[in-house]
Amino acid sequence: MGHLNKLRARFTRHYKDKFNRGRIVVGLGTCGFAAGGDQVLEAIRQETGIRNLDVDIDFTSCIGMCYKEPMVEISLPGMARVIYGDMTPDKVPALLESHIINKHLLKEWAVMQITEEGATLYENIVKMEDNPFFSKQLRTVTSRLGRTNPESISDYVATGGYLALDTALSMQRQDIIEEIKKSGLRGRGGGGFPTGMKWDFVSQAEGAKKYVVCNADEGDPGAFMDRSVLEGDPHAVLEGMAICGYAVGADEGYIYVRAEYPLAIKRLQTAIVRAEEYGLLGKNILGRGFNFKLMIKAGAGAFVCGEETALLTSIEGNRGMPRVRPPFPANRGLWGKPTNLNNVETYANVPFVINRGSDWYASMGTKKSKGSKVFCLTGKINNTGLIEVPMGISLREIIFSIGGGVQNGKKLKAVQIGGPSGGCICEEDLDLPVDYDSLSAAGAMMGSGGLVVLDETTCMVDIARFFLSFTQTESCGKCTPCREGTKRMLEILTRICSGAGKMEDLADLERLGRVMKNTALCGLGQTCANPILSTMRYFKEEYLAHIQDLFCPAGACRALLIYQIDTANCKGCGKCAKICPAGAIRGEKNTPHVIDLEKCIKCGACLTECSFEAIKNDAALSWNKRPNTRRSA
Amino acid sequence: MAEITLSINNVNITVPQGTTVLEAAGQAGVFIPTFCHDPELTNFGACRMCVVEIEGLRSLSASCVTNATEGMVVHTDSPAVQEARKTILELLLANHPLDCLTCGRSGDCRLQDYAYLYGVKTGSFEGERHSYPLEDDNPFIVRDLNKCILCGKCVRACAEIQGNSILDFAYRGFDVKVAPAMDVSLKASDCVFCGNCVAMCPVGALQEKGLRSAAPTWEVRKVKTTCPYCGTGCSFELNVKGNKVVGVTSCDGDVNGRTLCVKGRFGYGFIHHPDRLTTPLIKKNGVFKEASWEEAIKLVAQKLGRIKAKHSSDALAVLSSARCTNEENYLLQKFTRAVLGTNNIDHCARL
Repeated sequence: MGHLNKLRARFTRHYKDKFNRGRIVVGLGTCGFAAGGDQVLEAIRQETGIRNLDVDIDFTSCIGMCYKEPMVEISLPGMARVIYGDMTPDKVPALLESHIINKHLLKEWAVMQITEEGATLYENIVKMEDNPFFSKQLRTVTSRLGRTNPESISDYVATGGYLALDTALSMQRQDIIEEIKKSGLRGRGGGGFPTGMKWDFVSQAEGAKKYVVCNADEGDPGAFMDRSVLEGDPHAVLEGMAICGYAVGADEGYIYVRAEYPLAIKRLQTAIVRAEEYGLLGKNILGRGFNFKLMIKAGAGAFVCGEETALLTSIEGNRGMPRVRPPFPANRGLWGKPTNLNNVETYANVPFVINRGSDWYASMGTKKSKGSKVFCLTGKINNTGLIEVPMGISLREIIFSIGGGVQNGKKLKAVQIGGPSGGCICEEDLDLPVDYDSLSAAGAMMGSGGLVVLDETTCMVDIARFFLSFTQTESCGKCTPCREGTKRMLEILTRICSGAGKMEDLADLERLGRVMKNTALCGLGQTCANPILSTMRYFKEEYLAHIQDLFCPAGACRALLIYQIDTANCKGCGKCAKICPAGAIRGEKNTPHVIDLEKCIKCGACLTECSFEAIKNDAALSWNKRPNTRRSA
Repeated sequence: MAEITLSINNVNITVPQGTTVLEAAGQAGVFIPTFCHDPELTNFGACRMCVVEIEGLRSLSASCVTNATEGMVVHTDSPAVQEARKTILELLLANHPLDCLTCGRSGDCRLQDYAYLYGVKTGSFEGERHSYPLEDDNPFIVRDLNKCILCGKCVRACAEIQGNSILDFAYRGFDVKVAPAMDVSLKASDCVFCGNCVAMCPVGALQEKGLRSAAPTWEVRKVKTTCPYCGTGCSFELNVKGNKVVGVTSCDGDVNGRTLCVKGRFGYGFIHHPDRLTTPLIKKNGVFKEASWEEAIKLVAQKLGRIKAKHSSDALAVLSSARCTNEENYLLQKFTRAVLGTNNIDHCARL
């Protein structure tokens, strides 16, 4: 324990010292950068220079409120840390003047305050734990996100980092595996395989050489959990992998990160170098004789490399295509050696399980799904961002309490969960507990954690088409059903969305979906029909409306829209005729105009242009007058 | 070796441990269609034609890559299997030129055979088809990627049999195709035109240029023989139309399996070539004249004898050919040492 204790004492001192000075921290995850956080940081540097302010400037990762980025945290000695959102370079002078110089909290820009031990709280500003976005969250894996500097090993160690590795190295290998088993931790990449059981398989597999691999090839549309964890707490992943390496008897590991995550790669590289410098990775870790070397492998842009066997094939330097299982990687993985493959979030959970014990971990969640899960809220939701919630929470709580409900007061139609392999959960099922088994039973899946909220303006056929177009272009082409089947399913869906669908198409979709599920080589092909099958299950009437009535209930499929001019409202101003790119609108000045439906290309330009609400998208109008026929079909 | 017993279509069969379900079915006389499987290549499990239903499993299993286990209950012809195979065939045919009337592989094509077997006509999946240009710029192999079903046998044949690894899969999704590095033509690649990929191709995507344009498959007679090019003694089949050799195809040779080199597979043009020598020629007054073997051998013997008498045996040297068999080479060195009386014997050592 000696080595780590010394480090801890030193780093904890550093960490505490930080709060004894004025401090400005900018959120610089990818979302922070995208929102202009780097410009805000630059403005802060300039302003503090001009005003000669004696403050430290630091950065952190995304705390999860991506919708409030760029975020800036300001703390003064003895005072609570205050987080400001929606910052711009223009707001910086006023912010610094108020908070730093006048020591006056700028309430209208402040989002919340974070309490520190012994710090004085500000009045009239919500505490982080009382903020509705955070109050129902349970943050373990994400607990350092937005709180520490992800590139600082000092911050990590000071907040309990590498303590679990130290503990693990003094345990028997099998005891670690038993502890993980008892915790009930299941794979967070989507499959939900019990982690301890997998470790046990690798540990028992024959062979002197074994590998530990981290799957950070996150690729689902709307999913950024792994990126956020890697950008915000890279050391936790390294520590989890090192513990796993010790437990299963591996001395080398790879982190397979998609190349589209340059910031995550950079922070991982920094973390590995630092950890090696301090004897927390590499040779003779913590002086305990355990060697563990970690390497990063950047992906080459293929979604299918998130599939474990394709990922291993890609690390080996070959084209990333899945191989047949069995043999499973636990027995024959990387270069034919026993390999433990887990997801980023799974490894990041491990130090917490070791530190706080399996009983604590197993006390969270439901009977078969323990702990917490990170989700990404995207789509038509007010609070887009990253959240971590206890397993078993309902989707309704996630969307309405944490997510702040649907944008623009629209009605929620469905939640797409689990990415291209997942499915849609409709409004009636929102009270389902979020755990592996309930979601599967509802025709969706936990997946890696992408939650896309769809509102009434989303066409369910179109959303199925969107996911299919994704899987179709990402199919590796190895097996026939996936390569050819996705193409034909996409063609059928495109046909339906453009008004050329036939009733037989529905049977063909069902048959293709069934055959692909039954025969495709890997998970991508086996599950890629899920978005179609689940939308057909809950929203069949939308499919029927497209095919039989040539009508898109959501008004999203452009080819099916019918634009008409309401003669009662039309003043004959001629603006629509002028903007129409197809020359489809005619009419005398000051008399109601008419749209020639033959010529109309349904671009919607006239609708936007009209100041008198005279142009109506007829399809959406008549749908609203229809009775709700959901599930009746 | 340990043995296991499994049931295939309600018949028990005992096989050695490690046998695949496909092999076990073969031993039980149960037919399972395959595109991507070949006993000489590594198992790929890609075409999914060989799926079977195994009781207790959620989905169908590719029998070529599933090991038989004790007590396994396999159904090779259940409704789910039938549906899967027919759908896969429909999907393949939906992206196939269907020009069997003029295709050089018609009559020797697995896609055609299985379409017939399962009664699959053009299916419900009309849509985009590939329209790659025909690759016809080399003298040996015609590559028509529109007919390719992406079974990957050519990729594995090139890597595992020939050891050249010229081919691999390129691109993604519907655009996946087999291509040399940088997607150039075979001619522009490092391909040695051994044609072992062609021998593996189950459809008309890779065809022998001369053979497939000379005769439809049902008009050729196959005559098994030994390649005359070198002493390896590879077996192959001469494809004969009428009395004319129109091409060479692989057969299962004891020496070579189905492997051949570019000369054996494509170098048959000499057989009917007008320049081919069919009798010995003796130069008389500066002009070659046809002669009998007796005359020719007699003349050579005379001349060799004369040189040996006048200049000693070591004035003679003999160079033998790799095209001779071991036995012929042995005889030639025996003749050189014992009859000519010199050790000046060598061999060109390659083709």
